[in-house]
Amino acid sequence: MPVVQKIRMRYEKLGRMKFSSHRDFQRALERAIRRSKIPIAYSAGFSPHPKISYANAAPTGCASLAEYIEIGLTEPVDPELVKNLINEALGDGLSIKDAVVARNKDFIDQLEASLWKIELSAVSESEVREAVKKLLESQEVVVERLTKQGIRKFDARGAILALRVNAAEPSEGYAILEVVVRAGNPTVRPDDVLSALKSAGGLALTVPPMVTRRAQGKLTEDPFQLLDPFALDRE
Amino acid sequence: MSTKEKILGESIFADLEKLLPFVNKPVQYVGGELNAITKDWNQTQVRWCLMYPDAYEVGLPNQGVQILYEVLNERADFLAERTYAVWPDLEKLMRENQVEQFTVDQHRRVSDFDFFGISFATELGYTNMLTALNLANIPFDANERTDNHPIVVAGGHAAFNPEPIAKFIDAAVLGDGEEVILAISEVAKEHKQEGSPGGRDELLRRLAVSGNVYVPKFYDLEYFSDGKIKKVTPNKPGIPYRVSKHTLMDLDSWPYPKAPLVPVAETVHERASVEIFRGCTRGCRFCQAGMITRPVRERSITTVAQVVDNMIKKTGFDEVGLLSLSSADHSEIAEITKGLADRYEGSSTSLSLPSTRVDAFNIDLANELSRNGRRSGLTFAPEGGSERIRKVINKMVTEEDLIRTVTTAYANGWRQVKLYFMCGLPTETDEDVLQIARMAAEVIREGRKASGRKDIRTTVSIGGFVPKPHTPFQWAAQLSWQETDRRLLNLKDEIKQNKEVGKSIGYRYHDGRPGIIEGLLSRGDRRVAEVIEAVWRRGQRFDGWHEHFSFDLWNEVADEILKKYQIDLDWFTTRERNFEEVLPWDHLDSGLDRGWLWQDWQDAINGAEVEDCRWTACYDCGVCPSMGTDIQIGPSGVKTLPLTVV
Repeated sequence: MPVVQKIRMRYEKLGRMKFSSHRDFQRALERAIRRSKIPIAYSAGFSPHPKISYANAAPTGCASLAEYIEIGLTEPVDPELVKNLINEALGDGLSIKDAVVARNKDFIDQLEASLWKIELSAVSESEVREAVKKLLESQEVVVERLTKQGIRKFDARGAILALRVNAAEPSEGYAILEVVVRAGNPTVRPDDVLSALKSAGGLALTVPPMVTRRAQGKLTEDPFQLLDPFALDRE
Repeated sequence: MSTKEKILGESIFADLEKLLPFVNKPVQYVGGELNAITKDWNQTQVRWCLMYPDAYEVGLPNQGVQILYEVLNERADFLAERTYAVWPDLEKLMRENQVEQFTVDQHRRVSDFDFFGISFATELGYTNMLTALNLANIPFDANERTDNHPIVVAGGHAAFNPEPIAKFIDAAVLGDGEEVILAISEVAKEHKQEGSPGGRDELLRRLAVSGNVYVPKFYDLEYFSDGKIKKVTPNKPGIPYRVSKHTLMDLDSWPYPKAPLVPVAETVHERASVEIFRGCTRGCRFCQAGMITRPVRERSITTVAQVVDNMIKKTGFDEVGLLSLSSADHSEIAEITKGLADRYEGSSTSLSLPSTRVDAFNIDLANELSRNGRRSGLTFAPEGGSERIRKVINKMVTEEDLIRTVTTAYANGWRQVKLYFMCGLPTETDEDVLQIARMAAEVIREGRKASGRKDIRTTVSIGGFVPKPHTPFQWAAQLSWQETDRRLLNLKDEIKQNKEVGKSIGYRYHDGRPGIIEGLLSRGDRRVAEVIEAVWRRGQRFDGWHEHFSFDLWNEVADEILKKYQIDLDWFTTRERNFEEVLPWDHLDSGLDRGWLWQDWQDAINGAEVEDCRWTACYDCGVCPSMGTDIQIGPSGVKTLPLTVV
C-alpha cells in the first residue's frame, strides 16, 4: 500500500534510556506502532519492515531532547493523535514531544547542526576555560576514533561552530560546556570534542561526562539558537 | 563509595550509573522494560528477589521468572523484583566501587529482600549464582547466614537434584512454583507478624515441616568408605524423609504471564510465548523435563486464544510462540493453529512451534504456521540414528516415517530442515551414529525428488547425551568425552565424504567435554559444592557460554578436590550405578516410582518400547496415584494424525 502521508516527530531520550542504543529505540518504536495500530506503510519484498526513517542518531550514552524520525502512513492521521498513541505504547524515558505532517522536501538539510550540553565533574572551571580558549584558537585539531575498519583520524575543530563554558551555575569542581557542532561526514561527536579539548587544551577528565543533546536545527546569527527543523512543515 | 547509612529498599542507581559508561551493553542493567511492575517498598510485607542466573539477554525472556514475578506482585502485600548475572566487566567495577548486586526494576540491593529465589533451568548457572551471592554480601555457606540475609531458594528443573549446591542454598522447591511461592510467602508473613521468633532457622523449620520445601541443612549424610552414600536422614523432628514436587492443576486458572516484559535491550527471544501445556507423556527415557513434569495438563483452546490476544495487545511483539515440551501433541493443536492463523492473517504476526516430534508432525499444521509467508526452517528431533537406538530411548519413529515427513516438507516448499540427534546414548554403537549420515543422505535424495530442486538442505545438529536424575537413564554410564568426540568426528567424515549429497548437509556439533561437567553437576552430591566454589574462586563464570567455559579448569579442580574422598570426575559421570546404590536425589520425590524407573531402564537395555499414556493405557509410572494428579487434556481427546502424505 502506498504512502499517502509522512509524519515527522521529535522525541526525547532521558534518564536511564540514555543507555539504550539507536537500534534499541528502533525496536521499541516498531512495537509501539504495532500496538497502537497506526496505519504504517511497509516496505515491499521478502521481509517487509515498517517505513521509518531515522536521522543523525545520538551516540549511546547521551541523553537527548531532540531526536528526529519520519514515518510513512497509508492513511492520513492527525499528528497529535499519532504522537499520543505512540507515547501510550512506549515505556518510560522515551517520549514523542512534537509531531507534524511532513511538507518540506529537504528535511535533512534542516538538521544542519546540533547543540550539546556537556556536564563535567571533578574539574576546575578555570582549567576548563583555559582548554576551551586554546581549542578555539586552533585551526585544526586531529582526533582518533576506533571504527570497524580500524583507527580513523579526522579534524574535529572544523565542525565546532561555537563553544562556551556556561557560567550560569558556577560550582566547585563542576563545569558545563555548550557546543554547537555542524552535521557532516565524519560526524563530530561530543566525545570527539572532548578528545580535542584534551589534545589542544590539555583537559584531562577522570569522571565520565553527562552529555545531553539539547537541539538540532538550522543555524542563525546566534549559533546557540538553532531554528526549529519543523518550521517549514508547520502551516 | 558513600559512608552514609544504608536504607532498606533504596535505589543504588546513582552509584551504578557511574560505572555504566565503562561496560559493554550498559542498557541491559537499567531495566525500564514495558510492563515492568513498580511497587512501594514500605507498603509490602514479603519481598522476593527473583533471579535467572545468566545474562539479561537470556534471562529476561524466561517464562518461569516472569510468571512468578506477576503472581507475587498481584498480591498487594508481596513484592517481586528481578536480577540477572552481570558480566565480568561490571562485576569487577562493582567490587572495586562497593556497588552491590541489584534488581533491574528499581535498582534495589538484593540483600535487602526477604527471599532470593533463583530459577535454574540448567546446572550451568551455578557459578553465576555464586557471583550474585558474593556481590550481595551473602555468605556462600548457608550455615553462616544471619537474620539480615535473605533466604536463598532454588527452583527450576535443576532443583530436582540440588545436592551439588546444597551448601549454598537455604531451600529448594521442586516443580511448579505458582502456588507454592504464595504458600511460602504466607508462612513468612505470619512469622514476621509474630516478630520473627527464632529468626531464620525457625522460618526454615516451618517451611520444611509443611512439606512444601526442601531445606538441605535439616538432613545429614553418611558415606561408605568407597565413597557411595550410605544414608540421608532428617536431623530434626517433623522433617519429611522425602520432599515432593508440586504440580499445578487447571492451568486455565493461571493464565500467566498476563503482561509479558518487553525489554529495551536486545534479548534472545522477542516473541509472545504461550505455554499450551505442561508435562509430557511420551516417556522418552533420556528426557528429564518430560519425566519430572508429568502429568500432562493442557490449556484449553479458548484460554490459549485469549492469552495470545492479550499478549499481543500488551506487547506489540510480531511473533507468537506456542510452547510446551512437544507442542504438536496438544489434543487440539490443529484447531489452535488454524484458529490463530485465521485471526492473524494479513497482519504481520507470525506463529512458531519449537521442535516437534516427527510422528506428531503434520504438513497442514506447518502450513498454518507459515500462512503469513514466513517460511523459516522446520526442526525435528529424531535423537537416535538407528531404529534400534530409538527403541532404546523410546522415541518411536521409523526411518520410513521420518523420510516421508521431511520429504513432504520439502515438497511443500520448505528448503531447510534441522534434525537433532544425541551421541552417547546407552547401548549405542558406532553403527547407530553412522546411520545418521545415511538417514540424512536419504532425506536429501528423496527431498530433491519430491521438490524437484537440488538446493534443499538439511542440518544435522548433534550433542553428547548427559544422563539425568529422575529418568530411567539415571543409572547409566555417561560416555567419556574422548569417545564422544571420536564418534562425532567419524560422523562428520561419513557425512562429508558422500559426494552426491554431502554439500547439502550441514553438520553442527558440540564437543564432549562440556557435557562431562554438566554430568558432574547433574548427578553430583554435596561434595561437588567444594568444586563449584573452587572454580568460582579461580574466576569461572558463565558456564553456558563457550567463550567463558573452561573444561580444563573444572577438570583440574575436580580431581584436586575429590581426591580426598577417593572419588573423581569419572566416578560421577562415566560410572554406571546399580539399583542398590543410594542416589543423591533419592530423597527428592518427582512422583516417579523408583521401581518403575529401574524397570524402564531394563526395558531400554532390551530395546522394548512404551506407549504414550495420553492416548493408551496407564503403565503405572507412579506419578498420578502418589501425587493425586491426573492427565488433563482437551474435550476432543482425539489424537492428531501423525502424518499427512500429500
